Amino acid sequence: MKNPFDYLDKVMGHSGRLQIMSVLAANDSYDFTSLKELLQITDGSLATHIKALEREKYITVNKSFVDRKPSTRYKITEKGRTAFKKHIDALNELVKGQRGR
Amino acid sequence: MEEKTNYEKDLASIRNLMERSVKVISLSGLAGVMAGLYALAAAVYVYFQVYLEQISRSRHYFDDNPEKIYHLLAVALITLLASVSTGLYFSHRKAKRVGTSLWNSSSKRMVINLIIPLVSGGAFVLIILMHGYIGLIAPACLLFYGLALINASQNLFDEIRYLGYLEIVLGIISSIFIGYGLIFWAVGFGVLHIVYGVLMYRKYDA
Repeated sequence: MKNPFDYLDKVMGHSGRLQIMSVLAANDSYDFTSLKELLQITDGSLATHIKALEREKYITVNKSFVDRKPSTRYKITEKGRTAFKKHIDALNELVKGQRGR
Repeated sequence: MEEKTNYEKDLASIRNLMERSVKVISLSGLAGVMAGLYALAAAVYVYFQVYLEQISRSRHYFDDNPEKIYHLLAVALITLLASVSTGLYFSHRKAKRVGTSLWNSSSKRMVINLIIPLVSGGAFVLIILMHGYIGLIAPACLLFYGLALINASQNLFDEIRYLGYLEIVLGIISSIFIGYGLIFWAVGFGVLHIVYGVLMYRKYDA
């Protein structure tokens, strides 16, 4: 069997990005402000993580105006969902492997 | 050994985060308790206003007393407004305590999902009132409220879905026993809200 470590996603290795992915996997879409509040991180670091995930095409960004205020919503892509699932499965494998030892 | 706890902790925190991102955690159990108390107070008031005259079971009672209808509608409206504003107050307080905002992604979705069956039900109730089917008002309220709760339960604590099922069952039973609507209404909106409010408060607020 291949080492479960190999299945861990490089981008989601960072806990901030993994947290963003888990919120987007659980919801149809999520907006910047709610995400920031939920994760309790700064605008800057959230924006950086979002950029990294967008570059991997794990998420899509949708900018629009609600009541003339800018609103940015994020959605997980199919690719992102597959990668997230694989990453979580690998984490589960690792936990199981250590338990069995 | 240290790594083991780390991965497990990671997974647990992700699960927790996913749940928190979906559910409206600011909804307070006290909101349910207060809504239940208001509903019981309203039911007692209406009982002494209308039911005590013992003619409510006759279909023509309201034809002879049209002003009673407006009276009842006013009581219903006041009860609704009091419940919603008290609910908002307690939920605002809880939101502040747990460090989240009341109006976020999940609460918006919850309110939309709740309002669609609720407004349809409200319109339907006004129409059956217009046609004079007074006896069907309480069952219709219970049925639509139950459906609204189930529709919104995706973004609420799991227990709320069961409250929705109970409201629907009560609504169906009360549509068989026409004339006892107020009693079923008091159980559905009063007693059940208080019981659920206390349960939720003890589980999630304390």
